[in-house]
Amino acid sequence: MAHFTKATSVHDWLDQRLAIDTLRRVLAKEYWIPKNINFLWAMGMVLAFTFGILLVSGIFLLMYYQPNVNLAFDSVNYTIMREVEFGWLWRHVHAVAASVVFLIIYIHMLTGIYYGSYKKGREMIWISGMLLFVAFSAEAFSGYMLPWGQMSYWAGMVITNLFSLGSLEFNGLVEWIRGDYVPGQAFLDRFFMLHVLLIPLAILALIGLHFGALRIPHVNNQDGEEIDFEEEAAKYKAGRKRESKVIAFANDFLSKDMFVVSIFLLFFFYLVFWHYGFAMDPINFDPADGLKTPPHIYPEWYFLWSYEILRPFPKDPGLIAFGFAQVIFFLLPFLDKSPNAVPASRRGIFFWWFWALVIDMIVLTAMGKLPPQGIYSTIGLVAAVAFIGLWIALPFITKMEKKV
Amino acid sequence: MKELKILAIVVFFTLVTYWLVEPFAHSQMHKHVESEGFTYKDLPALTKKGDAARGQELVMGAGACVGCHSIEAAGMPAAMDPVTNSASYGVNPPDLSNVGALYDAKFLAALIKNPAHALKVEHKFTPESGKMHPMPGFYGAGGDIDQEVADMVAYLQSIAPKVDEITPAQAFETACGRCHAVRYEKWTQIGEKPSFKKKRDELVFETKLEDYKANLTNYMGKLPPDLSMYIRSRGEHYLSTFMENPQNLLPGTAMPRVGVNAEGAEKVIEYLEDAGDPKRAERDSVGVKVMIYLLVFAAAAYLWKKEIWKDLH
Repeated sequence: MAHFTKATSVHDWLDQRLAIDTLRRVLAKEYWIPKNINFLWAMGMVLAFTFGILLVSGIFLLMYYQPNVNLAFDSVNYTIMREVEFGWLWRHVHAVAASVVFLIIYIHMLTGIYYGSYKKGREMIWISGMLLFVAFSAEAFSGYMLPWGQMSYWAGMVITNLFSLGSLEFNGLVEWIRGDYVPGQAFLDRFFMLHVLLIPLAILALIGLHFGALRIPHVNNQDGEEIDFEEEAAKYKAGRKRESKVIAFANDFLSKDMFVVSIFLLFFFYLVFWHYGFAMDPINFDPADGLKTPPHIYPEWYFLWSYEILRPFPKDPGLIAFGFAQVIFFLLPFLDKSPNAVPASRRGIFFWWFWALVIDMIVLTAMGKLPPQGIYSTIGLVAAVAFIGLWIALPFITKMEKKV
Repeated sequence: MKELKILAIVVFFTLVTYWLVEPFAHSQMHKHVESEGFTYKDLPALTKKGDAARGQELVMGAGACVGCHSIEAAGMPAAMDPVTNSASYGVNPPDLSNVGALYDAKFLAALIKNPAHALKVEHKFTPESGKMHPMPGFYGAGGDIDQEVADMVAYLQSIAPKVDEITPAQAFETACGRCHAVRYEKWTQIGEKPSFKKKRDELVFETKLEDYKANLTNYMGKLPPDLSMYIRSRGEHYLSTFMENPQNLLPGTAMPRVGVNAEGAEKVIEYLEDAGDPKRAERDSVGVKVMIYLLVFAAAAYLWKKEIWKDLH
């Protein structure tokens, strides 16, 4: 057993037992971040904040939500929206945060791709981040079921149907997932459990892994420069802060993060109070009705690009393309054959590949929402083929890339 | 400067995506119908000046309006309860006390002469269908029919309260509430659901309501939907153009044109906002306070960052 002395202060008492000084040094004061970064490096903190907002608002909503097919709709739209003090605020905050978190995730992902932050030892950061993306997607989908509106019901029907795997007709698997032939009480209960327990647990664990994965390779910087962190940290600690290429996580990096977070919160709460419609589909304010299919069924905006990779093809090829779209981002560190971990602007063809991917995904997103008729389905098909083509081309164009 | 350039790129792509999936996609998915300002241009204008006193005789006359409609404002209570009425007519005929204020005069005149035409439900009451609109048209009382109709409209307007004295709930009851329930406002098709002390009394009420709904379903083809959340599921523009002419948005629907004037429509919308979005005023006021808080927070965060970074570069 360790030797304990009479504590001289509360701080000392805690430090003897929890080593809080060491923790603070390792996690904050001497956790080194490159100085040469821009506001895009604050997206991780913005995401952590948004996740916190989702967690807190979710806890409040959970106190009144009823996971019962007869009560769910009214518990949200009557009890929470009308009866509970500020229930409307928590619901709007939760719904808008659920949508905005994906905007930030996409910015965060594209930042990683642009600056090559998935290479040279940073592969696990990328993979754990992609696992988080999948977990957030599952969390968003399961949450979308809970108000038990028309879109909850029909999106639940369409997405669970995918598990029949086309011509393989795994209908038993679909029934097993639903707990019934169609979405019903068993379906709502299990998605409720997934949404409030299992997936949040997985997300918390994955956030731990994601942060841990950053520790050894360190955060990338704006120019892809390889920094000797020990040497630069020594300069910093010697008081040559101006000269050092690194800064401390707290309070140097944190102070910049918090400023970006504050701007983000202004944008976020503007949406919550005055522009929430994009995150709360009108059709979901009609109660679920298994006998009335809505004329247009579409997912939330953040799933549209992958939905549009599924939709323009016949059933089986569509599912294969969809599966391709779900896993291909995971493989990015291995498909990129170039030795350069520098911003895309210095990587020749890769720069054009990056912007083609961004534009293609925006086109897919737009076509995923539009009715699949006439010119829109043609554009959708071209964009879906282009998406697959871009990923197939990636190893070749990066292989040809010259070392910078 | 470089950061602002990056921000501009991020904002640009975000806005393009937003525009494509929201305003643009919705404009492609849903038919847009412009409001005609509740002018009912398809109906003929009133050419005669009505005389309320003569109108009263016509409205109150034997076999005239009060044969089926109550006029509480003129001391004419309903002869039958809503359920019995619905058994006879399919739907409970409205009380006429405030129709003069809520409905467009041209519409009232056209309705008196030819209900199915004014209500735009002629497709439902074709000769082949063998069905007749439950309200018979007025074929005149011997004089100039246009004058007589103008007199009746003038009478209805004379007994109606001023439009701003009518509450949103009263407007909704007259215009929509005999077919549509609004459970979040405790409104049922046979009136506001009281709170019952005895289970038996509640069951009696529920039984009456079920009977009424069965008659209504039989008359309309399906039970008209509960409108509690319609302000969120359809939005104000859709609802107001739908009231103006349901056939524009849902061709072939059994729902009749409502015929309210612009003020009447506003009252109905206000009622639906109170049902489905009652916290809108609170949302605005809380929103302003939160924004002020966040501006102060952002200013403090900026000063903190400046303070810390002055040693760093």
